[in-house]
Amino acid sequence: MIRVVLTTCFALIALPAAAIDIKEVTSPGGIKAWLVEEHSIPFTALEIRFKGGASLDREDKRGAAHLMSGLLDEGAGELDSTEFASAAEALALKYGFDASSDSFSVSAQFLTENRDASVDLLRKAINEPRFDQPAVDRVRGQVLSIIASEEEDPNDIASKTFAALAYGDHPYATKLEGTAESVTALTREDLIQSHQDLLTRDRVFVGAVGDITAEELGVILDELLGNLPETGPDLPGPAPFLLDGGETIVPYDTPQSVAIFGHEGIERDDPDFFAAYVMNQVLGSGGFGSRLMDEVREKRGLTYGVYSYLVLREHVNLVMGQVSSSNDSVAEAISVIRGEWAKMADEGVTAEELERAKTYLTGAYPLRFDGNARIANILAAMQFDDLPIGYIDSRNDQVEAVTQDDIKSVAKRLLKPENLHFVVVGQPTGLDASN
Amino acid sequence: MRRLIACLLAPAFIVFPALAAEKITTFTLDNGLEAVVLEDHRAPVVVHMLWYKAGAADEAPGVSGVAHFLEHLLFKATEEMEAGEFSAVVEANGGSDNAFTSYDYTAYHQRIAADRLELMMKMEADRMRNIQLTEEDIVTERKVILEERAQRTDSDPGALFSEQRNAAQYLNHPYGIPVIGWRHEMEQLSREDALAFYEKYYAPNAAVLIVAGDVDPDEVKALAETYYGPLEPTVDLPERERPAEPPQLAERRIIFEDPQVAQPYVIRSYTAPERDAGDQETAAALTILAELLGGSGRTSVLGRALQVDSNKAVYTSAFYSGVNYDDTTFGMFMVPAPGLSLQEAEDEMDAVVAQFMQDGIDGAHLERVKSQIRASLIYAQDDVASLGREYGAALTSGLTVQDVQDWPAILDAVTEDDIMNAARMVLGREKAVTGWFRKPLEQEVSQ
Repeated sequence: MIRVVLTTCFALIALPAAAIDIKEVTSPGGIKAWLVEEHSIPFTALEIRFKGGASLDREDKRGAAHLMSGLLDEGAGELDSTEFASAAEALALKYGFDASSDSFSVSAQFLTENRDASVDLLRKAINEPRFDQPAVDRVRGQVLSIIASEEEDPNDIASKTFAALAYGDHPYATKLEGTAESVTALTREDLIQSHQDLLTRDRVFVGAVGDITAEELGVILDELLGNLPETGPDLPGPAPFLLDGGETIVPYDTPQSVAIFGHEGIERDDPDFFAAYVMNQVLGSGGFGSRLMDEVREKRGLTYGVYSYLVLREHVNLVMGQVSSSNDSVAEAISVIRGEWAKMADEGVTAEELERAKTYLTGAYPLRFDGNARIANILAAMQFDDLPIGYIDSRNDQVEAVTQDDIKSVAKRLLKPENLHFVVVGQPTGLDASN
Repeated sequence: MRRLIACLLAPAFIVFPALAAEKITTFTLDNGLEAVVLEDHRAPVVVHMLWYKAGAADEAPGVSGVAHFLEHLLFKATEEMEAGEFSAVVEANGGSDNAFTSYDYTAYHQRIAADRLELMMKMEADRMRNIQLTEEDIVTERKVILEERAQRTDSDPGALFSEQRNAAQYLNHPYGIPVIGWRHEMEQLSREDALAFYEKYYAPNAAVLIVAGDVDPDEVKALAETYYGPLEPTVDLPERERPAEPPQLAERRIIFEDPQVAQPYVIRSYTAPERDAGDQETAAALTILAELLGGSGRTSVLGRALQVDSNKAVYTSAFYSGVNYDDTTFGMFMVPAPGLSLQEAEDEMDAVVAQFMQDGIDGAHLERVKSQIRASLIYAQDDVASLGREYGAALTSGLTVQDVQDWPAILDAVTEDDIMNAARMVLGREKAVTGWFRKPLEQEVSQ
């Protein structure tokens, strides 16, 4: 591969130039969803997202949401784990449950011909998970294996170290998978509690796309979600950001160092948000036109990939980046990155760079809407981020409105090379740990 | 859950190309370029892909990694364009592009608004025959691929283990050499090495064009004739014949130890036939066998016996991929539960397979697998880009459009006897490589 496609936690929504017809649906029981009807293929994609996720893990119960997410289909209603999996196979029902740091999501795709039985199976998983002890222990074993693997993975070590140094006592400070100790201590009751805490009606956002009408969707919403608890515990407050500029080195025996870096960022609803977004496109989007890729990879061959990105999470916003480079060249890579950070803060972007970034961002915008599951995902995310249904029409205009001056001022305000903290995992030469 | 152990290995997922016949158009240009057009008019998007019937297994001895190195170099200058301009133009038009190299093919692709297809073809045709490489390009980009190897292989014990197992699997065939190349050979790759590969294989008669999305097949054909049509074929393009494997006479075993191994496992891979043009029945039986043996942790033969009914494994799986130009592998692996040694794990896995060979197939299980096959024909219509990748891989791996279209029906026709016969043919330890992956023993206190 010429490059790795970076998946970030960045949640900016792109929408199609060709208008798609989003309907807001309210079920008889009062649950809202956004729907795009698409009857040309006989299946439906459904995306259900609950705000909160692993940030609602209770004290000393880190990893509960993650383990719970692995157990909803491991026995539900009258079906044991194998019976549930067999039923899903027979229906060709595709589904997944995922706990992330700020949300819990249910993704499903089902055939029109099997819709009722598929929804019934999903209803059981969402509402009546059994948490049978053998299944809990079996899935716990898988999670412990994942945790052990992450402890030997330089990327995981880097992100874990960064989070631990940055976020103090906030849930963000630890990995949502939990530690071997915390996961080993989780009980069946903890999982039942997590299920009650996370899957609540007041925090749910639904996107549906496919071969289904508004009326049919309304019935399904009530069936799937109508009997969940009305509300759950409070979300945690804002996360602190405790890192100053400098470097932290985590010694690890590997030929190539992994570095992640960052400092504080910008709110999604800040008036300068789009300027920051376009600015980052030029700085470190990862395309070959981006400055970091150009300077670190194309001109110097110091890395296979280098990126920067805006991190927008529920309780913190950062500008972050990552790079991998051999132990004897990572110091140079870091120095080049700091230099680009400073240059952007001082000078902003050229007229040509701005134009190129805009044509890319506005042109790429309709391309994300190809596929029912992708669109369902975006519909849920838009609601999750509190964007209006009409955001579609204004998004590209907001990109187009960004000027060179806007970027210069937001870059000056946002990018602080002296505040940039690098966590480096490996055996780098020529770097002095300042921390 | 966020991430299962499945990322140890690519799982044995079955992908089934399927699209109503009226939405697929094929044609071949006079210079030999084959083309497949897949229509989906739901969104104004097109995926344009050019696949070369040349991959790492087509490299000359001693220049391992050159196919992949060349892939990187294709983003440098041509007679028409500056280095980096290709991707810059794609981006400036709101598109994204990438490329990938495998044993049997190298492919370049762009995803972009449908009305920009012409520009993509123009640029892709340009770099098929006209790249201009400087010595500086070579030096810098060679550092990049070495960093890529450091990132994706040298820093990852699991990837190194996989490389060693492959090398043991193939004594003579180039599938035993890593696609990215051996480091010591990558360090020596030259401009001449890259150009030799380029001039031989980057030609219309060694290429397959795939266009998927909101396009009209007649227009695609006209554009292809305009841009790809004038390109000269390689006249003496050789038959693709790689050095063949000798018969395997002895079981092969590998123990890979590294202090950074977090999770030990045992993995066995058997040499197995691939899908051949007009002859896909055995491969179909093996595809379903992999699904039955290790497709799901909870319903498959290995999963039920080792994960659900006993707690001997944290994870099990079986895998088979039939889209290969030459012989492929069928495999299975087991991540033992804490307290179980790798020898014990291997014995347990063998015992489950032996029992399966005795008991035969659960008919209801086979029926469920087939209902998923049929459903995948519906789901696949939602993603013509994936479908395009299926065609690209198949057509560069010795299969025809007809083979791809026949595949779902061949899978559906597989019987219990077919599967057991295929299993008897393939599952012999004397035709396999068995690998153990663990920490050095003195550190493995918990075992």
